[in-house]
Amino acid sequence: MSKQEQHWEKTRGLLMMTLAIWFVFSIGIFLFGAEMNEVTGPFGYPLTYWFTCQGSLGIFVILIFWFANRQEKIDEEFGFSERGDD
Amino acid sequence: MIKGNFIDNLPKVYGIYTGGFLAFIIIMSIGEQMGMTAKLIGICFVAFTVAIYAIIGYLSRTAQADAYYVAGRQVPTVFNGMATAADWMSGASFVAMAGGIYFKGYGYMALLVGWTGGYVLVASLLAPYLRKFGCYTVPDFIGTRYGGNLTRFLAVVVLTVASFTYVTAQINATGTIASVALDIPFQYAVYVGLISILLCSMLGGMRGVTWTQVAQYIVLIIAYLLPVFWISNKMGAGFFPHFMLADEVSRIAELEAQFGFVKNSAENLKEVPKGLAGITKAHSAVNATPWAFISLALAMMMGTASLPHVMMRYFTTPSVKAARKSVGWSLFFIFLLYSSAPMLATLSKLSLIDPSLPTGIIGKSIADVQAIDWYQNWNQANLMFVSDFNGNGTLELNEFFMGGKAVVLATPEIAGLPYVISGLVAAGGMAAAMSTADGLILAIANAISHDVYYKIIDPKAETAKRLVVARVLLVVIGFAGATIAAMEIQGILGSVIWAFDFAMSGLFFPLVLGVWWKRANREGAIAGMALGLASGMGYLIWVRNGGSGFLGITQLTFGIFGSAVSLVSMVVVSLITSEPNAATQRMVDEVRVPSGRSIIGKQ
Repeated sequence: MSKQEQHWEKTRGLLMMTLAIWFVFSIGIFLFGAEMNEVTGPFGYPLTYWFTCQGSLGIFVILIFWFANRQEKIDEEFGFSERGDD
Repeated sequence: MIKGNFIDNLPKVYGIYTGGFLAFIIIMSIGEQMGMTAKLIGICFVAFTVAIYAIIGYLSRTAQADAYYVAGRQVPTVFNGMATAADWMSGASFVAMAGGIYFKGYGYMALLVGWTGGYVLVASLLAPYLRKFGCYTVPDFIGTRYGGNLTRFLAVVVLTVASFTYVTAQINATGTIASVALDIPFQYAVYVGLISILLCSMLGGMRGVTWTQVAQYIVLIIAYLLPVFWISNKMGAGFFPHFMLADEVSRIAELEAQFGFVKNSAENLKEVPKGLAGITKAHSAVNATPWAFISLALAMMMGTASLPHVMMRYFTTPSVKAARKSVGWSLFFIFLLYSSAPMLATLSKLSLIDPSLPTGIIGKSIADVQAIDWYQNWNQANLMFVSDFNGNGTLELNEFFMGGKAVVLATPEIAGLPYVISGLVAAGGMAAAMSTADGLILAIANAISHDVYYKIIDPKAETAKRLVVARVLLVVIGFAGATIAAMEIQGILGSVIWAFDFAMSGLFFPLVLGVWWKRANREGAIAGMALGLASGMGYLIWVRNGGSGFLGITQLTFGIFGSAVSLVSMVVVSLITSEPNAATQRMVDEVRVPSGRSIIGKQ
């Protein structure tokens, strides 16, 4: 397998992982919205309510930065990262 | 002045700007103490901020295609994040979002999840690859990846349908704010708003829009957060509302149980002015089915990843790496406002309905409520209404009606904040609507000037001529948008959501598969865009004309049907026609690797 194919395979793996986490917090948990709302979440808000106004939103922010760092590592590993600028 | 080391000096320039804006707020509040009228403060806020944007727009003027279309590809990640956030957060996000949460609760929160979750798709599926491609516009990518003028043209059509739906709502919002703040009739205010918008983008194109959007973000975020924190403190709800409103949320639930949601008769509701609503849904309880919530969130997420005015912001970063990071910063800056909207809705609702608070009006006598100053003001502005349906002389929860915009616009006044805050909020709303309108008008004008005029009609046109065409189109599209906005067809939010559905119907899969599926070919893309948009639009028209719909897909989520048709037709047609040629396949391989030259190259 060529270097480029290996790079793409890893990139695809990272994409799948990112989309899986994204799926859980944008769709998965809301299948059980009514049940989860009975639980008290962070800062004392009902749990589902907290996810809709802070939780999921914050997780998406962290997820994107995490994804960007992982992808940079993959690019560096195969020598595909850009030089210099940021 | 804006050359070379301007980029290095950005933190300093915008630091001084922010300080200057805060100083302006303080000067205005001193002015208020000294007897400046509310009207004059409002005019000062809107005029001062718009003048600053116009100056930035003038300083950013350019005669180079690279600067005009992609701001010279040198916008640093954090600043591009701010510009994207301003580009993204429309007049609707600013003025109507807290109101939507206030009235509809959980069912509406799907929009918050959708409008943020979409950025994960932008970062992982599209933005870095389109940046590597080196295109000027989104149709530029479609046209080059799939080849042929028809694909390019269809992409321009989808882009125009989606963005134009969106932009009329934004021009409408600038008109509303300008008409209130400057006290002129709406039909004229729309054009005042339009001229302010064009001042930012005409001379400098993407470069001008970038630097004004950063300035607009700073104004809008201060204008949103300052009142939320102030109101929370004033009510004694906690100095940091985001972490401290649990008691208030449960108190609202308690009051809801105590008052009950009484249903008004149709006859009584006839009295209520159009556009106003009562509180009929629980604040924090789950009040929508899982599918209703998820389908709306999903439509908004896929729509986010297909809207060209957002995507083109990531063409301006210096590198692929920077494009990825920049998406993260964008969402962070959006998060600051979106996580505050539910808090504002909570504070606003509690301050109005809790009888134990001095501002609470439920349970008071109707005559007392009608005598309150702020009630009279907002009643006159057609944003508040009370009526004694059951004739007991006391105001009940089901007898109080409010417009969605009032949550953002009226809460500071209800909570007893000085008028300077209301002036600030007007400036913030104006900034939000202007920045989005600029991004959208530029996206349409650039697509038509670059993809239709330069790439299809006259490929030999010189830069100077191309930029003249681009600017003429900018003005024409702006005026077309303003003319339609002046007719006031749809409410602000309805047309915003439609734009997402149109964009995802026609563009989501052609964009994503262009990068992630090598086998996707020209015929497939044509089928995907044409059938996707046509079926989405057909579904909307059907449902609007009394059609029953299916699978719970409504007129707000018709993009789910459109994009499903787009996916199926694109895959089927691609597979029954021949695979893309070797050159195209090599191009896709190159797009997938960050290093090396961009595909389209330096133009």
